[in-house]
Amino acid sequence: MNVLVIDDSRAMRTILSGILKAIGFEVFEAADGKEGLSQMEAVADVALALVDWNMPEMNGFEFVQAVRALDDYSATKLMMVTTETEMDQVVMALDAGADEYVMKPFTRDVIMEKLELLGISLD
Amino acid sequence: MSLSSSDFKYVSNLVRAQSAIVLESGKEYLVESRLAPLAKAEGLDSVEDVVRRLRREPRGEIVDLVVEAMTTNETLFFRDNHPFQSLREEVLPRVIERNAATKSLSIWCAASSSGQEPYSLCMLLRDHFPELSNWNVRIIASDISKSMLRRVKTGSYSQLEVNRGLPAKMLVKYFSKDGATWQISPELIKMLELREINLCKSWPVLPSFDIVMIRNVLIYFDNETKREIMGKIRGLLKPGGFMFLGGSETTINLDDAFARVRQGATWAYQVAG
Ligand SMILES: C[S@@+](CC[C@H](N)C(=O)[O-])C[C@H]1O[C@@H](n2cnc3c(N)ncnc32)[C@H](O)[C@@H]1O
Repeated sequence: MNVLVIDDSRAMRTILSGILKAIGFEVFEAADGKEGLSQMEAVADVALALVDWNMPEMNGFEFVQAVRALDDYSATKLMMVTTETEMDQVVMALDAGADEYVMKPFTRDVIMEKLELLGISLD
Repeated sequence: MSLSSSDFKYVSNLVRAQSAIVLESGKEYLVESRLAPLAKAEGLDSVEDVVRRLRREPRGEIVDLVVEAMTTNETLFFRDNHPFQSLREEVLPRVIERNAATKSLSIWCAASSSGQEPYSLCMLLRDHFPELSNWNVRIIASDISKSMLRRVKTGSYSQLEVNRGLPAKMLVKYFSKDGATWQISPELIKMLELREINLCKSWPVLPSFDIVMIRNVLIYFDNETKREIMGKIRGLLKPGGFMFLGGSETTINLDDAFARVRQGATWAYQVAG
């Protein structure tokens, strides 16, 4: 299963990719929303994208809006993983079409539990 | 500095007598790591001092504090997910149909820790069963730990706690943010009836239940205690009622009067026959 990790921090991408690879996902990375969009196009069938909020070029919120404007990606689950922790922002992200929301800092368990909620199988 | 074996024995015997929690030898490190913060909070110099106080005041408040410190309170919202899926898709629709005439529903969360389990249930009921609004719904949440029950009553959770297992849609719907804490809505707090119940001692008078959630607590007890508790739950379940256990718990080879029944994505237990 293909998963895309979009975060401008390389360290953060490494942490998230590590968690996801360890459970058998094929992981692709992008450093901002724009690169994320081209990865969505290049990689067939992205089942899930983990999306940071604050990034240069195109932020994660804009990325979610852009993805949800395209019918092609309606099957892709979008999960924000961000230091933004105000209620308004969670509401905004969900309204824009994000499926889940993780507030940094997180643990590996947090990610695993959210994947379970999203019905993303771990085999 | 490590606990002497006589101190360890004293603590493990006391904890077992008070809560049925079994601390086998080899768990010295656990006793030390759990009692060290208690020593500090009580203004004592060391874990040895805690044990000294225990020996001196075997009926004192220190006993409850030590027992509470030795409980494992790890929990999360919608733990394991599938039991809640099964409640939503299979168990609750069936129970609601069965009780349509009396319009009553009774549920017991028998080791509710800091409340994530009973509140998950409340959110699920609110979200998926609006027809219950004019029913008599009774949800009892109990635990041995007074400090855990206080937490359930306040309904305040940390960021890490709301990150765990809670769908973002429910966070938005049922919580408000107050500084660094997330506060569950007063409506949900009102849905719970909180009781201090020690599962291994005599139980207060309880109603009969449609559903008993007793998850991730029997694992701490010996088989005899497990059997006794299962037997008492059988006596409280309404005909056709359901019991839910934790992922690593079962009645099999312990209480054959229970039948394990597949309920959608998970196993539940019903009185056999
Ligand atoms: C690991 S938590 C399980 C919480 C929740 N049921 C879940 O599955 O996530 C175990 C809880 O059992 C409680 N407990 C331990 N011994 C008990 C006893 N003898 N009677 C009642 N509760 C007990 C602890 O205080 C703790 O809150």
